[in-house]
Amino acid sequence: MAEETAAALKAKARADKKKKNPHVWPELPFKELMCAVVVMLVLIVWALWLDAPLGEIATPSRTENPAKAPWYFIGLQEILVYYDPWYSGVILPSIIMIGLMAIPYLDTNPKGVGEYNFSARKFAMVNFLFGYFMWMFAIVVGQFMRGPSWLFFWPWQVWDDSGHHDEVTLFNIDNKTSIIALAIYALVGFVLPKLLKMKWAKNLDWTRYIITISLLLLMYLVPVKVVLRQIFHVRYLIATPWINF
Amino acid sequence: MTLKEKIMGSQIWKSIFRHDFEDTPSNRGKVIRSNVFLHLHPLRIPEHAMKIRFTWCMGGITFFAFLVECITGILLMFYYHPVIEYAYMDMKYLQFDVPFGQILRNVHRWGAHLMVFTVMLHMLRVFLTGSYKKPREFNWVIGVVLLTLTLLMSFTGYLLPWDQLAYWAITVGTNMGAATPFFGVEGPFPIVDKFNDVRFVLLGGTTVGANALLRFYVAHVIAIPAIVFVGCAIHFWRIRKDGGISRPL
Repeated sequence: MAEETAAALKAKARADKKKKNPHVWPELPFKELMCAVVVMLVLIVWALWLDAPLGEIATPSRTENPAKAPWYFIGLQEILVYYDPWYSGVILPSIIMIGLMAIPYLDTNPKGVGEYNFSARKFAMVNFLFGYFMWMFAIVVGQFMRGPSWLFFWPWQVWDDSGHHDEVTLFNIDNKTSIIALAIYALVGFVLPKLLKMKWAKNLDWTRYIITISLLLLMYLVPVKVVLRQIFHVRYLIATPWINF
Repeated sequence: MTLKEKIMGSQIWKSIFRHDFEDTPSNRGKVIRSNVFLHLHPLRIPEHAMKIRFTWCMGGITFFAFLVECITGILLMFYYHPVIEYAYMDMKYLQFDVPFGQILRNVHRWGAHLMVFTVMLHMLRVFLTGSYKKPREFNWVIGVVLLTLTLLMSFTGYLLPWDQLAYWAITVGTNMGAATPFFGVEGPFPIVDKFNDVRFVLLGGTTVGANALLRFYVAHVIAIPAIVFVGCAIHFWRIRKDGGISRPL
């Protein structure tokens, strides 16, 4: 009798599982096909409506101003305002790529798989979304709000430079002050989460903790430099004959 | 015997389609299993994974855009010469002479924008659903590589029309190569000169010219897409191998 019940339960469980895991055919391939059809229609309408841009023939002797990168790289071009090319064009993008690849190995929180769960992953969500939207923001500013010589224009302003741009004298912060400030910035970043006993910090081992904090400190240094430059007119934090930062 | 029965009962038909099409659970499995393209899917899938509001279909749209790019790209290759004497003229030729040439180029250009945009959204969706977590870590890494390759594919294609936009965008972009620490001539602590630094490798010269156009062309039409194809195969295969599409634990 007990055996029978067990067998019946098993059969019922299997039937439930099948119900929750329906056959892929025909529903999913049909949805995929519909998706492809809609995308193709969108592309065709878009192509009929707007022509791909084509400028005049390339002339090496005639500089374009502004010379804008394609939109997906314009975020990096926008950051060129704030950091020298060795950093904004080479080191920072490399760190971004490596940092993105490192995410699954740094985020050990097992919660929130297969669902949109913000509250169980606040730390990961806030930081990733901050970086993601900073990228989008830089793209929008670079694409729509930069004119000749990379000067700032609102999208509705004419690119004529009729007194919108006062000459701002930029200055460099004295190297010693900057190094102390950066050291404090790093120290606060490394110590504060542990001191406040934040949950995510408690769950990370030392290696993961140090890498996570380092990457985040580098990420948040970008908006820090934007504020320093735009509001306090700081050009470089560290200026040497060989390298500027 | 009707003609339909005759055809569907023939040796040729049966050698191609190894099952009949009556809607039975067994045949639903066979359709997926016996088709090389469809068998990317498992036979059964959690109900939530079929919902557009869960996946946004962004990975699929990205791959579809890639296929559109391949097909329109091959067609464009028939009309394009990667040399500076012809490249720009070929754009005009496509615009004014080739039947449907302008539309072909438009679809290729906007499809590229679409692909970059959807791959960015795909990454956002995968992050928001925590789908990179154990055991899917390495598939996320492959995804980041594919995202980078998508950007590079788009960037290398940007030079090919050989207009002012292309020329100066690529000049700005590849000047970053010259700013590389140690390996760029204008970067900090250079150990190279302008004839063997990173920019020279990218351009085959010190400025954007005929060699750069050829390099970008080869990278754009074969080198990067070939890697992307292999990368996609691994990416899709690993979805299955790393525990299927993500589901709540």
